[in-house]
Amino acid sequence: MSDFVNEFWNWYVILIVLISIVACAVFLWTQSQARRGGPTTDTTGHVWDETLQEYNNPLPRWWMWLFYATVVFALVYVALYPALGRFPGVFNWSTANEHKKEVERVEAEIRPLFEKYLKMDLATVAADKDAMEMGGRLYQTYCMQCHGATAQGSRDKGYPNLTDKDWQWGGEPEQIIETITNGRIGMMPPYGGNPDAVGGEAGAKEIASYVRSLSGLSHNAELAAKGKERYAAVCIACHGPEGKGMTALGAPNLTDKVWLYGSSEAKIVETIVNGRNNQMPAWKDFLGEAKIHVLAAYVLGLSSGSAAK
Amino acid sequence: MKLTHDSIERNLALLIVLTVLVVSVGGLLEIVPLFFQKSTTTPVEGLKPYSPLRLTGRDIYIREGCFLCHSQMIRPFRAETERYGHYSVAGEFVYDHPFQWGSKRTGPDLARVGGRYSDEWHRAHLINPRDVVPESNMPAFAWLGRTPADGASIAGKMEALRKVGVPYTDEEIAGAAKELEGKTEMDALIAYLQGLGLELKGVR
Repeated sequence: MSDFVNEFWNWYVILIVLISIVACAVFLWTQSQARRGGPTTDTTGHVWDETLQEYNNPLPRWWMWLFYATVVFALVYVALYPALGRFPGVFNWSTANEHKKEVERVEAEIRPLFEKYLKMDLATVAADKDAMEMGGRLYQTYCMQCHGATAQGSRDKGYPNLTDKDWQWGGEPEQIIETITNGRIGMMPPYGGNPDAVGGEAGAKEIASYVRSLSGLSHNAELAAKGKERYAAVCIACHGPEGKGMTALGAPNLTDKVWLYGSSEAKIVETIVNGRNNQMPAWKDFLGEAKIHVLAAYVLGLSSGSAAK
Repeated sequence: MKLTHDSIERNLALLIVLTVLVVSVGGLLEIVPLFFQKSTTTPVEGLKPYSPLRLTGRDIYIREGCFLCHSQMIRPFRAETERYGHYSVAGEFVYDHPFQWGSKRTGPDLARVGGRYSDEWHRAHLINPRDVVPESNMPAFAWLGRTPADGASIAGKMEALRKVGVPYTDEEIAGAAKELEGKTEMDALIAYLQGLGLELKGVR
């Protein structure tokens, strides 16, 4: 706070503060003279409307002393706290220090808790009731904005449901930790990156029929047969020959009932034509290893059904 | 002339001068020195003036009254720094005229929202917040995706900001309108949000 550009401002602050306090004291002293004796009462000396005058009596003593007390309080205060330019005050108090102390105090308290769980493997942590409660709090603070308060994702907006057994990037403990730590960027290029082979929107429709057939949804068999060829030319690269997807690339399994962006033909065509971009942010710097461990355990627990709802 | 109650009260000019002197002490002490401190006048490392797109987004943020529900200032309390990140420092706002600290949080603080969600999340969220956060009571801003970003006034805005100390170059101002071509107001607002608070993002 006191990193002034030059020395002038340091003294500027010090002088105004001290002069103000001293001025208050002097003013009090001049006003605290005792009432004059005798039959006449002192007035302010100003007469309005011919006869109207104002008494000029000093304040009651006890009141005066309260004001003197504020002067003393001010002097003590500027000595203890940062008020005089660069002088940090005897207490060396600052909001930054205050925050640092608070963080250190709480960290000392919770670090052993997190470190205890860091030594356990994820499945064990997921079975621990306290850890699940901690993970749940972390989840509600950092994850619910996309994955939802109940962790069921957002329907058709591309944010995965974490309570089912389906995993875009793998559901093994290390994979969940990796996903939270470094984030993921999922990218489906428009037309699978090859508009000619897809054959424009008409071709996309054929592929959509085929993809729907893979997961047993109603489809036009004729279109699906054509779509199968187009699928083999383009989509196979990421989604695999059987449409089972590829967790290394985050390419979804097309044969199950889980649809990140919707399963209607129109939605699938939209996905093929425009592509999809999705991103899981990286939490490495923000949360750190220990919190990510508990959080990953919570996510693992969600899909194995052991977490308390 | 003796400074008595009588003489001050009868001399209006003197009364005004003395009154101004007394009431200005607080400002002279608490406001004026802020203009001469490094922490309030020096940008934090990495802080750049708003690009034309982000500046347009900032004006939309102000126009739509986002500041009425969202603050942009993380206070130095653990409860806040745990949730949002490093507390805000004055040097992050030297190019903000005026800053958007705000004083009310109906929604969360946005001082470090940059990079926290994907662009697509912001798009879905602005079109209809309940699509991604069912509990949200934020109004939808879907029309921002249909209104073009205003390229006609951007050069004037940047020139005005340059007059109050934002270091825009002539080339930047000349090329500003071009950067907004084909962009919607939603693009601008998302660009603004995605750049908020990045300078101290990794710092805990």
